Amino acid sequence: MQGPAVSPLRGTGGNRNGYRTAPAEGACQTRRAWRPRSSSCTVPADGCRNGRWRAGARPCAAGVHDQMSPDIFPDLSVGNVVKRFEKFTAVDDVSFEVEQGRFFSILGPSGCGKTTLLRMIAGFESPDSGVIAIRGRDMAGIAPNRRPVNLIFQHLALFPMMSVAENIAFGLKRRGMAGGDIARKVQDVLERVGLPGYGAKMPAQLSGGQRQRVAIARCLVLEPAVLLLDEPLGALDLKLREQMKVELKTLQAEVGTTFVYITHDQSEALVMSDHVAVMNAGRFEQVDTPRNLYRRPASAFVAGFVGETNVWTGTLEEVAGDAGVVRTDEGAVFRARVAAGLARGARVDMFIRPEAVLIDPDGAACVTGDAPDYAPDYAEDAAPGGDAPLPPRGACANRASVQVQAILFDGAASRLLTHPEGSRREVMVALPQNRLYDHIKPGDRITVGWDDRAGICFAAGSGR
Amino acid sequence: MSAVAASKAGPGLRLTLALFLTPVVLWLGLLIVLPHIDLLIMSFRMDPSFGDEGWSFENYRQFFAEPIYWLTFVRTAGYSVLVTLLTFLVSLPVAFYVTKVVARNTSRFLLTMLLLPFWVSELVRVYGWMILLRESGVLNHWLTGLGITAAPVEMLYNDATMIMGLVYTSMLFMVVPLVSVLESLDDSLIEAAYDLGAGPWTIMRTIVVPHCMPGIMSGAIVVFMLTLGNYLTPNLMGGKNSLWFTEQIYNQFIASFNWNQGAAFGFLLLALSSCIIWLGLRLTGQKLSRVVQ
Repeated sequence: MQGPAVSPLRGTGGNRNGYRTAPAEGACQTRRAWRPRSSSCTVPADGCRNGRWRAGARPCAAGVHDQMSPDIFPDLSVGNVVKRFEKFTAVDDVSFEVEQGRFFSILGPSGCGKTTLLRMIAGFESPDSGVIAIRGRDMAGIAPNRRPVNLIFQHLALFPMMSVAENIAFGLKRRGMAGGDIARKVQDVLERVGLPGYGAKMPAQLSGGQRQRVAIARCLVLEPAVLLLDEPLGALDLKLREQMKVELKTLQAEVGTTFVYITHDQSEALVMSDHVAVMNAGRFEQVDTPRNLYRRPASAFVAGFVGETNVWTGTLEEVAGDAGVVRTDEGAVFRARVAAGLARGARVDMFIRPEAVLIDPDGAACVTGDAPDYAPDYAEDAAPGGDAPLPPRGACANRASVQVQAILFDGAASRLLTHPEGSRREVMVALPQNRLYDHIKPGDRITVGWDDRAGICFAAGSGR
Repeated sequence: MSAVAASKAGPGLRLTLALFLTPVVLWLGLLIVLPHIDLLIMSFRMDPSFGDEGWSFENYRQFFAEPIYWLTFVRTAGYSVLVTLLTFLVSLPVAFYVTKVVARNTSRFLLTMLLLPFWVSELVRVYGWMILLRESGVLNHWLTGLGITAAPVEMLYNDATMIMGLVYTSMLFMVVPLVSVLESLDDSLIEAAYDLGAGPWTIMRTIVVPHCMPGIMSGAIVVFMLTLGNYLTPNLMGGKNSLWFTEQIYNQFIASFNWNQGAAFGFLLLALSSCIIWLGLRLTGQKLSRVVQ
């Protein structure tokens, strides 16, 4: 590693604003300097020449890299992978890389192709075109039982006819390991996942969380280069899911194995991952850190899918760099950030998160006033070791008068359902439970406000 | 809940229960239990034409004294076990293909195709085989026509043909329970084993077969009993060269009119099938109650 300034994710390209372009262009950046020790094979870097993944570029054959240190290559690299089922394109030209020890998530709605992508990495499906390489080794034509990856299935797929120890020993036995070594390894891994002494139990005797840990132990004991997880928390109840999220993240940090996790649950992806790819209709919309996904969505889909959001439709009245002024269909004028490529007069959807909207901003801590100028929006990975610098204060200039329709009480996640004046548009406003807003009743007219940089505009209808 | 209902409903419910049970009890009592008791008594008595009306083990002694009887008995037992094994070996790939390999619609179609021949009586199916295999049959016609064999070969009336016929006759009774247990096998278990480094054979041995064990055993019991008690197929396809124990029983009852000897043979066959099934369950560690589910 050369420091946090280097993005661990390449192959998706990106512009200076930190917005990563969708991989549709097949753009990829040049890798850091690397000298091949063997000139006889094409290394992945060559496949990325001229900023494009060169079609047909294949990483070296098996064995060539065995003498090289493994961290030269990312644990997993996927290049321009396409998979079609008859007329339906499940995975459409997806490229990404995951470096060693990362927790990488693929987040998307059901049917977006994420499971197909995972099954291709595991070897259960083969891509129609594109390259999947693990630690620099091309996986084309290699059966699942010969790949250095293991998959944790959605319903875990523990073998019900075998005890916990036999389940974990299954893979080791297939490698022909001696009985004594197997017993020792099984014991070690059971301790590591916090289940010492559970070897003799049957999977049916375990609780949901324990089964989860056995499934992880069964894969980790084989020391895979990449551990693939197919929504393993989906079947758990809420409380346990919250707990397993933290446990998985801790475990991953401890063992240092590269995790590729797919989920439709944004909270799972955001909490656990180092990087998240948002997938929609077979394509990656954005690959970024969880915080950047939330703060700087690259597309309307990402803005709508990650976190909750309100949408206002309107027309761009002014554009200056990545900032602009929107006149909504109701006639209100708001300042917001603007996605690249939008010009004055364009029809836009403005996305604003309920938690970014302040109730009664002039009475609260928010200071009114125009921003002195539009501060550049720092990408998170450009600020080593810390949060992105806050935009200058005094930028909270947007105001709207809304009528409270209903109070949706949900503890910490409570919200107000409101309508802007003269409109049936629904606008959600976060309702902090700090007793300051206890006086608000349905039917009240309140003023809300938000920061100039909290809203973001995309071309109208592009997220649907 | 049902206990409360029963105590409240009282005589009405008891009458319903009696109405439902009567046919079953009559069926079992008149057609199964009563004849068996009669046969059991008969097997311990001598042929009345000999005049001796007392109890005796003579019929059973006769069985061990005459090698043709007990050799046929052992042969029948051995071949029945072999037929059961072969049926399993043929049916497992078929059932696996139908449930796990092909698409759902194709799988239903294939199952129907498997069932279809069994709408025709066993007799007709065996005659079908005979038309194919006999000396002047279809197969021989082709073989001589193509010049592969100079003269027609008699393919009927030997042990191999008989066993093939028995496997064919009993295959469905193995495929159906196998299909039902394989349908309950989660595909992800197979994939998980594959992912953890197992090859196809290991997956079969460690995942598929252990999961299917109840289905295998219930199929095996049915196939074994049907084969052991089969008369038609061994008689028609095995001919006189391939004796089956049921033919011995038939001979005693019909040819020799020695019902007492026949009854003794019948009970020996019942004892044999019970012993072998018990042994099979013991060896595979299965329980009869689980297998018959």
